[in-house]
Amino acid sequence: MAISVKNVSMSRKSNWIDSTYFIPIFKGLAITFKHLFKKKLVMSYPETKKILPANYRGLHMLTRDAQGREKCVACEMCSTACPADCIRIVANDSGNEWNDQHENREKHPKIFEIDELRCIFCGMCVEACPEDAIDMTDMHNLADYTREDFLYDKERLLGVYDQYIKIHPDHAQRRDSEFKQMKNSSYFTVESVKHSDENGH
Amino acid sequence: MDAVKPFLPYIFIGLMIAVYLSIVPIMLLVERRVSAWLQYRVGPNRVGPLGLFQPIADALKMMSKEDIVPNHVNKLLYMAAPAIMVFPAFFVVGVIPWGVLSLGGQDIMIQISKTNIGVLYVLAVSSLTVYAITFGAWASNNKYSLLGGLRSAAQMMSYELPMGLSIMAMVMVVGSLRIEDIVNYQITNHAWGIVFQPIAALFFLTTAFAETNRTPFDLAEAEAELVAGYHTEYSSMKFGLFYLGEYCNMLTGSIMMTCLFLGGWNVPFLSDLHLDATTQSLIQIGGFAAKVGFLMFFFVWVRWTLPRFRYDQLMELSWKKLIPIALANVVVTAIFMAF
Repeated sequence: MAISVKNVSMSRKSNWIDSTYFIPIFKGLAITFKHLFKKKLVMSYPETKKILPANYRGLHMLTRDAQGREKCVACEMCSTACPADCIRIVANDSGNEWNDQHENREKHPKIFEIDELRCIFCGMCVEACPEDAIDMTDMHNLADYTREDFLYDKERLLGVYDQYIKIHPDHAQRRDSEFKQMKNSSYFTVESVKHSDENGH
Repeated sequence: MDAVKPFLPYIFIGLMIAVYLSIVPIMLLVERRVSAWLQYRVGPNRVGPLGLFQPIADALKMMSKEDIVPNHVNKLLYMAAPAIMVFPAFFVVGVIPWGVLSLGGQDIMIQISKTNIGVLYVLAVSSLTVYAITFGAWASNNKYSLLGGLRSAAQMMSYELPMGLSIMAMVMVVGSLRIEDIVNYQITNHAWGIVFQPIAALFFLTTAFAETNRTPFDLAEAEAELVAGYHTEYSSMKFGLFYLGEYCNMLTGSIMMTCLFLGGWNVPFLSDLHLDATTQSLIQIGGFAAKVGFLMFFFVWVRWTLPRFRYDQLMELSWKKLIPIALANVVVTAIFMAF
């Protein structure tokens, strides 16, 4: 569809009152004077902070399960999904250590590093994670002295979770219930996923 | 009282230089806060209560900056220009009457020198500012500085004419070049100069903006085109002196406007209250300060309201509009005075 062009013609003719500048200037002054008393639109940052939306994509965290262990199973789906290639995972054989009544896990991450300077905060790692192990917080005021300081390792990311859970105590519960709902939904059941082969069947 | 009298001018000199110097930090803060409020912002509010110490921080920053003198400048003129900017700004205080103070039955005119060419003196000295700007611009050896300086020279010359003519109309009505006489004429006739000469008052206000290089006539430092105009190459306290000069000139413009057209220290209907002479004189001095303060605020207010004139519009306004009308105003006034 062609873009419809709307011709806006503006009269350049002005009456003699406008050409004296006098009345228009006082009109303008009246407008700016009114602005003096209007509500200020500025937020004085450290004293007042903006309430961020619930789905704000800030600093990452590695969530813990009920036993306080990291949920991550080192499947590397997040690092595969990552468009900025900022996640580095080295998996470790869990052995019998993780085999208990709660779960039976083959792998867990030995190294889990996120380079927050490379990260574009797209949130695709969170979407990719099948275990709800990686999530994003609303922490955005990251500041440090060296590039290495922005390399968040596993312990630090778990620390972010601990910090976050103190500010939002209901988070773990809410996330767990949402995650369970999602896993039980038809989206994740194998039958509903239709794979088409080369012939289109 | 009589023993103090010979020393009064010296006391007044100290007093007025103090007023002129203290107006600069005040205006620095007012300019920043008012401009912020006009744009829905808050402005500097961190240094001290309500940000009142912000000018101190600004001045400290200005003084502690590196004073760069570029290699390619004309050193003598480069150094002289900021000083020349400040000199006329301080020289004009000599003839400005700030009010009449009644103490112990005696009336003391707060004025350094009771010269009989007060208005001429102010006009002559304040127009020296153009030298500072052109010297600074020329000595900087910089395209943008030079362009700013040339514009400024042309602008100040063009606007001195309507300014002189508008003052002349008022002087013709009063018949004296003494500023205190002009004020007293307004007091005795129970009407401010703006009633006698509304067109001259408006023109004087307009040209005061042009003479002080304030928006909408700040062509000399049009930052969109000329980086910073004539003070592009200046840094540290040399730049600070240009700043200081600008605000002092603003104060002079406001004071002249108050004295010539807004009744000076006259506060309307004050004599109806039958206060004692000392209180009345103090209120009058306060009234003078209030009028000047409002005009200073008006300078800032206009700056954040009007966009800058284009150069040809600027010249057209002066030569095709202000000067003919001001001349006609003078002629009409002369005819009125003759009959």
